[in-house]
Amino acid sequence: MAGAEIERLIQLLSRLPGLGPRSARRAALHLLKRREALLDPLAEALVDAAAKVRTCSVCGNFDSSDPCAVCADPGRDRTVICVVEDVSGLWAMERSGVYRGRYHVLGGVLSALDGVGPDDLNVERLVARARSAEVTEVILATGVTVDGQTTAHYVADRLAECGVSVSGLAQGVPMGGELDFLDDGTIGAALRARRPV
Amino acid sequence: MEWTDEGILLSVRRHGETATVVSLLTHAHGRHAGLVRGGAGKALRGLLQPGNRLKAAWKARLAEHLGSFTCEPADAFGTAWLHDPLRLAGIAAACALAEATLPEREPHPTAYEGLVGLLASFEEADWPALYVRWELGLLGELGFGLDLSRCAATGTVEDLAFVSPRSGRAVSLAAGQPYREKLLVLPGFLTGKAADPGEVVAGLALTGYFLDRHVLGPQGKRLPGARSRLVERLKP
Repeated sequence: MAGAEIERLIQLLSRLPGLGPRSARRAALHLLKRREALLDPLAEALVDAAAKVRTCSVCGNFDSSDPCAVCADPGRDRTVICVVEDVSGLWAMERSGVYRGRYHVLGGVLSALDGVGPDDLNVERLVARARSAEVTEVILATGVTVDGQTTAHYVADRLAECGVSVSGLAQGVPMGGELDFLDDGTIGAALRARRPV
Repeated sequence: MEWTDEGILLSVRRHGETATVVSLLTHAHGRHAGLVRGGAGKALRGLLQPGNRLKAAWKARLAEHLGSFTCEPADAFGTAWLHDPLRLAGIAAACALAEATLPEREPHPTAYEGLVGLLASFEEADWPALYVRWELGLLGELGFGLDLSRCAATGTVEDLAFVSPRSGRAVSLAAGQPYREKLLVLPGFLTGKAADPGEVVAGLALTGYFLDRHVLGPQGKRLPGARSRLVERLKP
């Protein structure tokens, strides 16, 4: 039905998150219909990203410079490191605009099912960073899942001898949350983390 | 095909953007996998954590299909201990071990009840000793139970101190002394004495040996990393 190039484009698009074969077909058609407005700029952007984007050798973030813009920013608080599972966690923290320290991307979590062990995570580099004199606190911002918290406890153990304070994100009732819709685990965590009002 | 049952969630794997494939150890249907639509979404993510007990309804057109689960919460055993590194390691180890050892779709009600009992016991201080007993029970359920009731050599029930790595039977201190280098240590709390926290690691070495040799080794598997991390945490 379509040429080999179009089929290849559809096949590659369908491997993107959120796109199946049908939606990939629609996206490909949309791109081909808007060659100048979309297809050419997108192709250029992809080539650019492939050529320039690197993994930051300090924190594991993606950026076109190494160290990344966050690590190189002199306005950032260099005494605090926030540990996230993945770059998506780093982006979420940055979106909030609340945190002004630096990051460390672990590259996953310990997982018995997927066979991910401590050696598969970017922990050694974190320990080395935490040992530097300027770092005073490490915030563990891994997911509040069994695997995420298992990883957080493991990292906390590894950081114990680095002389830094280790903290974790609070857990409990979310903004706009109502008790009736919360699961038992969240209510339990919220009760344990209660504070004077 | 359709059934409802209670189950402990052993593992979750993301499937596509919004769904997950979960593995439950159910009471009447054994270890059973199924798709949970929306399992990766906000509403279900907290519920679908290893160690949680769920009320699950499974549905598929044919029995051999993967099928899909709809789940409701029963007990948040898993997420209740996220703040406690040792207990969390215990939950992760138990779930990973049950996932690795129990055959799929084969009813093991005793294994299910044992796991529920273990997860409920995490409230108690001596849960590590119960964990070792649970692994012994799991070995028994899989057909490789150890005989710790009397000495394999003399028949005595006193001073049992070792276990033969070949037969899995207890050996008394006197009979085992000349061969102590080749025998496994039998912790006192497994023969009815009071539990000594230091002996738990020896108990895990004992069960780990037989799990590895009889259950996981022949399948080309190794003891799960989660269990090794539990052993590391329990070491004095």
